Parts: sequence; C-alpha cells; structure tokens
Amino acid sequence: MSVLFEPGPEGFLRRYEGLNARLPGHRTPWVTALREQAAKAFREQGFPTRKIEAWHYTDLNLLARSGFAEALTPVDEDVALPEATAPQRVVFLDGRFRADLAETPDSGIPVRSLGANLSAAEGLLGGVAKLDEVPMAALNTMLFEDGALIDLPAETNGGAIELLSIIQSGERPVAVHPRHVIRLGKGASLVLIERAIGRGDGRYLHNPVVEIVLEEGAHLTHARIQQEGPAGLFLSTVFAKAAAGATYDSFLLHAGAKLSRSEAYVSLDGPKAMAHLNGAQLLSDGQHGDCTTFLDHAAPDCASRQTVKTVLAGKSRGVFQGKIHVHQIAQRTDGYQMNQALLLSDQAEIDSKPQLEIYADDVKCSHGATVGELDEDQLFYLRARGIPAATARSMLIEAFLQEAVDAVEEETARNALATAVAGWWEKVA
Amino acid sequence: MPAVTETIDAVASVTEGPYKYGFETDIEMEFAPKGLSEDIVRFISAKKNEPEWLLEWRLKAYAMWLKMEEPRWPAVKYPAIDYQDAYYYAAPKNKPGPKSLDEVDPELLKTYAKLGIPLKEQAILAGVEGAGDSPSEGGRLPVAVDAVFDSVSVATTFKHRLEKEGIIFCAISEAVQKHPELVKQYLGSVVPQADNFFAALNSAVFTDGSFVYIPKGVRCPMELSTYFRINAKSTGQFERTLIIADAGSHVSYLEGCTAPMRDENQLHAAVVELVAMDDATIKYSTVQNWYPGDENGKGGIYNFVTKRGACRGDRSKISWTQVETGSAITWKYPSCILQGADSVGEFYSVAITNNYQQADTGTKMFHIGPRTRSTIVSKGISAGHGQNTYRGQVKISPKATGARNFTQCDSLLIGDQCGAHTVPYIESRCMSAKVEHEATTSRIAEDQLFYCRQRGLSQEDAVGLIVNGFCREVLKELPMEFAVEAQKLLQISLEGSVG
Repeated sequence: MSVLFEPGPEGFLRRYEGLNARLPGHRTPWVTALREQAAKAFREQGFPTRKIEAWHYTDLNLLARSGFAEALTPVDEDVALPEATAPQRVVFLDGRFRADLAETPDSGIPVRSLGANLSAAEGLLGGVAKLDEVPMAALNTMLFEDGALIDLPAETNGGAIELLSIIQSGERPVAVHPRHVIRLGKGASLVLIERAIGRGDGRYLHNPVVEIVLEEGAHLTHARIQQEGPAGLFLSTVFAKAAAGATYDSFLLHAGAKLSRSEAYVSLDGPKAMAHLNGAQLLSDGQHGDCTTFLDHAAPDCASRQTVKTVLAGKSRGVFQGKIHVHQIAQRTDGYQMNQALLLSDQAEIDSKPQLEIYADDVKCSHGATVGELDEDQLFYLRARGIPAATARSMLIEAFLQEAVDAVEEETARNALATAVAGWWEKVA
Repeated sequence: MPAVTETIDAVASVTEGPYKYGFETDIEMEFAPKGLSEDIVRFISAKKNEPEWLLEWRLKAYAMWLKMEEPRWPAVKYPAIDYQDAYYYAAPKNKPGPKSLDEVDPELLKTYAKLGIPLKEQAILAGVEGAGDSPSEGGRLPVAVDAVFDSVSVATTFKHRLEKEGIIFCAISEAVQKHPELVKQYLGSVVPQADNFFAALNSAVFTDGSFVYIPKGVRCPMELSTYFRINAKSTGQFERTLIIADAGSHVSYLEGCTAPMRDENQLHAAVVELVAMDDATIKYSTVQNWYPGDENGKGGIYNFVTKRGACRGDRSKISWTQVETGSAITWKYPSCILQGADSVGEFYSVAITNNYQQADTGTKMFHIGPRTRSTIVSKGISAGHGQNTYRGQVKISPKATGARNFTQCDSLLIGDQCGAHTVPYIESRCMSAKVEHEATTSRIAEDQLFYCRQRGLSQEDAVGLIVNGFCREVLKELPMEFAVEAQKLLQISLEGSVG
C-alpha cells in the first residue's frame, strides 16, 4: 500500500522540503535557486481557484482534495508500447526517462534526459516559464525530476520525434511533473509529437511543462496528444518564444483524462514570426477539458492563426479561452482566431472566451465563435442517401474535426492526430 | 504626408475643442451634508417623505453596500473614490410654481436654452402652470420629457395627455407617493439591492429618476424621454429608473445626459430596471454625453451604471440602443433576462473613447425561456489615448431550447496610442441552442480614405463619412428624435478623434 502525502498545496510543499536534498541538481546552485524561487511562487499562489478570472470555468477542487504518492517504477519492468507515430521515439515511464525503451534511427538526433544533463540546460531551463503567474508551472519547477532536453544546432533538420509519456496508475495515485526543454537554433526545424497515455483506472496527476525557444527562422511543429486514463488529471503548460521569422506550429488534442487543462503562453518576439495554436477537444461523459492560450504579439509583422474545435457528448464540459495581446510595437499584426463547439448531448456545457487586447492601430485581428448541435439538414441529406443515422452522425463529427486537423501542415504530425481523432464517436456512442 | 498621420494631427487639433455642455448653472441649491452614513440615507428618505418600507429597503441596501467591495475586474483604471467626499443630495431650492416664464429663475431657463431644449418645453420644464398640455406646434411629434437636475426631477411634460391613455410617467419620488403598490412590487425586482457594489450604493441613496407604467394593450403615443444633468459641484448623481410595460403594450424611451466641465471627477451610479410582460415591447435608447474630462484626462464623470431588463412575458421584447460618447470612465452592461418563451433581447451600441477616456461596456443576454433570441451589435471606436473594451456575456440555460444568439463587435482604432479590446463570454448548456459571435479590429483603410479624398472630400469629412458608415447599423436603430442628435454628437466627438 502506498503512502499518500497530504492533499492540497501544503502536501506538495512539504514533499519539496523533504526531497529537495535529493532532487536532480541539488548540488547545482542555479538549479536550487530556481527551485527555491518556484517554491516561493507556489507557496504564494497555491492552486488557482475559480475566483481568478483565468480559472473561472475550471475547478481544481478535485486536485486540491486528492492526496498523491511518489512514483516508484522498477527500472526493469517490461512495458507494452503503442505503435510509434514517428521514426524516432523517446519514452518516459511515470515521468522517468527510459533510455532502454527509446527507438533511435541512424538519422536520429540526440534527445537527452534533462535530469541527467542539467548542466547542459543552464540558461534554458526556467528561461521562458512564468513562475509568478502560473502556479502549476511553479509546482512543476519545484518538483520536476526528469524530462527531455533537445538542443538542436543551427540549420539542422531534426526530422520527427515522438515524446511518449506513459503513466501507470494502479493503486498508487502518483503525481508526475515532467519538464521538457527544447531549443531550435537559427534555421533549424523539428517535428515533435508529444503524447501522454494513461494505463489503469486510478487517479493520478500529470503536470508536464514544456519550455521552447525558437531562434531566427526556426520551425517547430508541435503536436500534443493527450490520451490519459479515465481518472487522470492532466494539467500541462507550454511556454514558447519565437524570434524573427520563426514559426511555432502547434496542435493540442484532448481526448482522455477526467480533467484536463492545457495552457500555452506563446510570445512572438521578432518580426515576421508566426504561430498556429490549433486544437481539438473530444469530451464524453464525466470529462472536463480546458484549452487556454495566451498569445503575445510583441513584434511587428507577425501573424497568428488559431482554430479550436470542441465536441461534447454526455455530461461533459468544455472550455476554450484564447487571448491575443497585441503590443503597441506590433504594427501590421495579422491575427485570426476561431473556436467552434458541437454539443451532442443536452447535458453538455461549453464555455468559450476568445479575447482580443489590442494596443496597436495598424492591425487586422478578428475572432469568431460558434456553438450549436449537428445540422439536421446535413443529417437528413446523408440519411436520404441510405447512410444509417449513427454513421451519418459520425461522418459529420469527423468532418467537423477534420478542418482543425487539416490546418497542421506537416504530414507525420497530421497523421498522428488524424489517427487519434478517428473513430472517437463510435467508441463513445 | 500619409493620410493616417494627417488624421492623427487633425484629431489632435480638434480635441482642444471645448465640451459644448460644459457650463455650470449658478442656482440656489439645497444640499445634504457631505458624506455617506445611515443618517444621510434617513435624511434623503425623509426629504422625499417616503413610506417606512422604502426607508427599510434603503437601509438594507446600505448595510449590504458596507460589506461589499468595489469591483476591480473591469479594464479601467482610476484612483480610489472617496465616498465620504461627495454630496448625496442636492436639489434646486423649491419655490411655489411660477405663473409665467418671467417668474422662472432665469438661470434655470438659461440652462435649458443652452442644452437646446425648445422654449415651449422650457416653460414646462420650469414648471409654469398650465403649460405642457397644449398640443405641440408645427405638427412635430411630441416627446414627453422628465428632467432630472442633480438629485431631483424638476419637471415632467405632457403628463396629462399621457394620463388619458392610462400611462404613468413621472418622477420616481412622485410614483412612490401616488402609486406605491406598483413601485413596491417592481423596485429591485430586476436589479436587487445587493446585485453589485454600485447598484447597492444606488439603492441606498437614489434620489430621483423616472417611473413609467404602460397599461395593458396601450401603445405609448409619444416618445418618453428623461434628461439628466449633474450641475452642482462634488455631487454624485444616483438616479433610478423603473419602466413597466404591461401585456401587449409598447413604449420607446430616450435618455440623455450632460454635466458641467470640472477638474474633479464626479460619480454617476444609476440603476435602470425594465420589466416587459407578455407581448410587450420596450425600446430604451441612450445618448450618453457626460463631461469626458479635458484632453489631458483631467476631470470627467465616472459613469458606473447598472441597466437590466427582464422579458418576463412570452413574446416580449427589450431593445437597448446606446451611443456612448461622454464620461471619463464608462462601466455599464445593459442586459436582458429572457425568461418568457420566444422573448427577444437586443443590444446596439456605439462607444467612442478619445483623449484619456476609458470604456468597459457591453451586454449580458441570459437565455432562460425556450426559443429566446438575442442580437448584439457593438461598435467601438478608440482614438487619442482612449481605451475601449467590449465585454459581453451570452448565457444559455439548459431549458432555452432552440435559443439563438448573434453577436458582432467591431473595433476601429485611430492613432497608435489607443487600445481596443474584446472580451466575449459564451456559455451554453443547451444542445439545440445556436450561438454565433464575430469580432474584428482594424483601422480606417488607406484605400477607403484615398477613395473619398480623390472625390474631393476633405480628410475630416472622409473620416467622418467612414466612421458614420462603421456605426450605421447601430445609428439606424435610434428613434428619429435621437438619431440626428447622435450623429451630430458622433461628429463632435470624432472631431476630436478622427478629424
């Protein structure tokens, strides 16, 4: 039987106090200083409550009430892995880097364990994260043990990599805080498929944080696929900054977990940088999914595109919050934001808050939002052609999602997402 | 010189143009002592000779207000308000009704003349006996006016004519005396005392405002209008308006407001409650032109207002139209609670912020009844250092089957020092409801300006034309009587902002 540490922020803080002499980097002053700073930020903020505007629609009470335990994965355990979505793959089991499970082709690039190579992450780790504003990132920084470190030199094409995280929740309600640090040098490119899978029906917390630095002209395709277990709590945060001419092309898929919230803080720091923050949420009975993004246009001539689709079945709740902040310097900004929700049940709920905050005058910004059910006319059209009702519904739902997935230009990532989305309705219905 | 630079220069030159309504009337006033306490609440109630239940109601609101905190979530910045440093009651000294215009305090008459109110109506407003019941001259469609000067209603016109139809249109303090049962039934039924900080404050100290009751099946034969003016120094204006449209009735109500130019900030915290029963329609139009402060952002009115309408009956309709050009800070969200089946809510808004003005305005549409529909059209224009926020909520409850909402909010930026923000909240818990929202932000296109100028229009006229076109969807919703004034006002405000 596992030992749970006490629920709430105090439990995590106490755990940090008891563990900090053994956490990776405990002898490295800049790491311990960073952890201390994070602990201070987390102590001050605690878990966000619904009184905070950005958390109005997502209640972390379930997290605050749960006690968690330390992950104890035997190193030699034989793990069944799902089919890889990219030629190169690294695997994290309960948050720990498993070199023995990695698949590296000859053309592969080095992906290191962050925990074992902290000195190589100096200046990168904690460089983009906003600990004082994002308590979950502060919690991660305070307690992270491992993650992936990818530092791609200039003008390198890194191909496609899958970062697979598996959490095996049995009786132990584990809390895992992986930290990934990614830097793409000038003109480098990479396709990153970050996938989170939960095994077992138990409760657990998966709290990954990804820090991304894109130097001039770099190009990152970042597909995030969340397929956590039915009782899992998934709270993830991405911090990305893009220099001049760089592109951050991301897609978020929420398909599992009891409660999931993914936050992305993306800053376009150099002229002509570009961001795609697309996503889809497939939620069925009992699930809560929250996609929250903050996009900073901090340089002129940048562009951003965002399409987020949410499909809700059973008694589920979907949340979309997307803020675009255009700074005064960011003249000639081109921003577009669209979020659409499809309600398949009369118990489902969608809360949507697109937001524009604009301080520059020469801009073209727009957003749109729609909420509704499947179109009766379209269903009728299909059924009149002999297609059974269930199939017709499934076709229409997939078509609705297709538009978002099609926005992903890179093929490997798009295929991985298409596979994850396919057949969702048949499984639910 | 590129057209935009020229526009900005033109804007700068015009912003120095003085606020037309910035004069102050030197008139004998009666004040309550400065500050806010239970005694002041009692004083106001006693001055108004109010029944016990209303005093209790006010005291309850005051007790709640003491426990409440000023909201900090709107995207507006202002120094802390000292609620003890203002007069909560100020009224022109009462004398017996004058027999003719000659006997009226000439200062009061001058005020109305400066505000552009016709002489005939001035006579009525000044309370000349016998005036106000003769039909208006020149076949012009009459407008019944209730004028509120600082804290009290000074006059209501066309009262008798309206009475013939069974319509009650009077100051709310008068309604408390003459129709207590109606006031008691509806006061606070749409905006409860503890609804928010400023509504609680208003409930405790409201001094006057208009009361309208339209009986069953009556279509109000003329536009009803209230004219608000803050005149005295250091006063806050807390008016309360209550409009009840009984089954099958129809009313169109206009509201206008101005204030003198002062370096200090003055608070205006009004509450407006509308109730529409089965098949009733209320159209509420506002042209808000409180003093906006000077070009450096000094002075101006803090306009913190709670406006809400309840569509209680089936097929009822409430339509808000607002043109917001004044005030240093505007903070208001005229809302509709769509309870009745097939009821309709509408919100049309033009908000302009120039110089250092700030506006956080929008609407809330609560869809409760089945097949309820709402339309929101908001046009925000920011110039100078103005900050303009649209904040709107559309909430669909599980029972609102087949509900429908369409929202469009467009922002126009003029100059690179201003800001335009859009914050919609869409919350749907009903599968068969359809919600659509779209928003755009842009500046005046160079090619549009070029097109106009090429045809001989000056920079100023071209911008005026484009801005008028930008706002047209909203302006066309205004009643005739207001549309002309609103367009002029737009031009004046934009003289400062767009050339």
